[in-house]
Amino acid sequence: MKAMMLAFLATIVIAVGANAILNQSGFSSEDRYQGEAVRLN
Amino acid sequence: MLTRLMAVVTLIALLGTNPALAQSEGAVDAPDAPASDATTLEDILARQRGEDVERTNRAAEGSSAEEQARGMLGTLGGASDSLLWEGLRFGTADITTQAGGPAATVLVQDGGMLWVGWREGPLRTYGGYLLLGTIGLLALFYLIRGRIRIDGGKAGTTIERFKPVERFAHWLLAGSFILLGITGLITLFGRVFIQPLLGKEVNAWLALGSKWIHNNVSWAFMLALVMVFVFWVIHNIPNRTDIGWMLKGGGLFSKNSHPPAKKFNAGQKMIFWSVILLGGSISLTGLSLLFPFEMPMFAATFEKLNAFGIPGLIGMEPFPTVLAPHEEMQYAQLWHAIVSFVLMAIIIAHIYIGSLGMEGAYDAMGSGQVDLQWAKEHHSLWVEEKQAKAQSAPADATPAE
Ligand code: HEM
Repeated sequence: MKAMMLAFLATIVIAVGANAILNQSGFSSEDRYQGEAVRLN
Repeated sequence: MLTRLMAVVTLIALLGTNPALAQSEGAVDAPDAPASDATTLEDILARQRGEDVERTNRAAEGSSAEEQARGMLGTLGGASDSLLWEGLRFGTADITTQAGGPAATVLVQDGGMLWVGWREGPLRTYGGYLLLGTIGLLALFYLIRGRIRIDGGKAGTTIERFKPVERFAHWLLAGSFILLGITGLITLFGRVFIQPLLGKEVNAWLALGSKWIHNNVSWAFMLALVMVFVFWVIHNIPNRTDIGWMLKGGGLFSKNSHPPAKKFNAGQKMIFWSVILLGGSISLTGLSLLFPFEMPMFAATFEKLNAFGIPGLIGMEPFPTVLAPHEEMQYAQLWHAIVSFVLMAIIIAHIYIGSLGMEGAYDAMGSGQVDLQWAKEHHSLWVEEKQAKAQSAPADATPAE
């Protein structure tokens, strides 16, 4: 049971982490799909 | 402009998917005396069947006298609507946009009709029936065979089957796979099942949430896949006991039949290798979809398959080896979904046998401790090995004190 709960917790942590890392390192959809003449934010 | 574009895209979509129109192809007469460079309905239908239709680039060659005359009257000056649409459709129009990436300047992509048709047709239909059929077969198996009991009755003593870290990896894999499966199915079926039932708002909300979960939970699945592979590959190399196990149907179909097996029996080895190979393929195509246009892999794969003559073996033309960026993504999506359906069907059976279908099995992944009698019935050779080790261990071991 403990291993299972830890794994589910890890799944959430990994997902939130992956999202944050990818967004911060320029992999958000906005970043990927902007042309050169666009300034985001 | 946008509404017109949508109208044309819809028209193409209707032509491509409407069986009535598709069937009447043969009955279509060529229009009266078409100008030599004009596109006929036949040409259009042939293109939609994916055939190569020779085409003169009218915009580049200068338009016919008729078009020039039309142009003088038109609001676009010398450029006619049809020329503009042709340019958009065949990628010869000069498009500037503030959007980036290879997709930005492609406003019409003919090849995509094949993909849309597949995704909305056979993929949903056969994929859906595969999952329902699997559940149906399992229900039938349950009705006939019932829960597979521990024939000898519980021993009351237990033996360790999986260490905590192995169970952690299993549940990381299982939890993420189930989330990915559900959100993937919502993405594919939401529009046909959820939207009519709960409305567009709910479907849109679910689709957005599903996308977030599907994209980000994928990493947990990939990590778990590597962990499970490292932990268990050694126990999943096929060996001679697997043949005996298979010949007896694993003892799944009759009481008191318990073919010997080591840590994993042949059935479990098949599950393991399906998870590794199909899960690996799903991960690769998933990455390709997650980073659009960055990791095209189908043209290269098709080239290899052609080199081995695989298409010929199944009576097909060689696969295309030059693919537009969009087509790469479309093949990735189809393959990702097809393989996922197969793995989901396999895993549904696995979940059944690991929980409801067999007494005592769940404990292996629950507490990690299984009943000794269960272990003897299902993994006799493994128990013998483990007990032999346990007996020899105290003699070999150096006491801690
Ligand atoms: C609620 C869902 C699930 C349950 C109850 C479950 C249960 C189990 C159990 C009890 C075992 C150990 C069998 C034994 O002692 O020999 C096992 C093994 C395994 N599980 Fe799961 N599982 C689930 C979901 C999944 C999913 C989603 C995957 C992969 C995508 C998966 C992959 C595996 C693999 C590869 C093994 C080792 C090989 C085998 O025993 O077949 N499991 N599972």
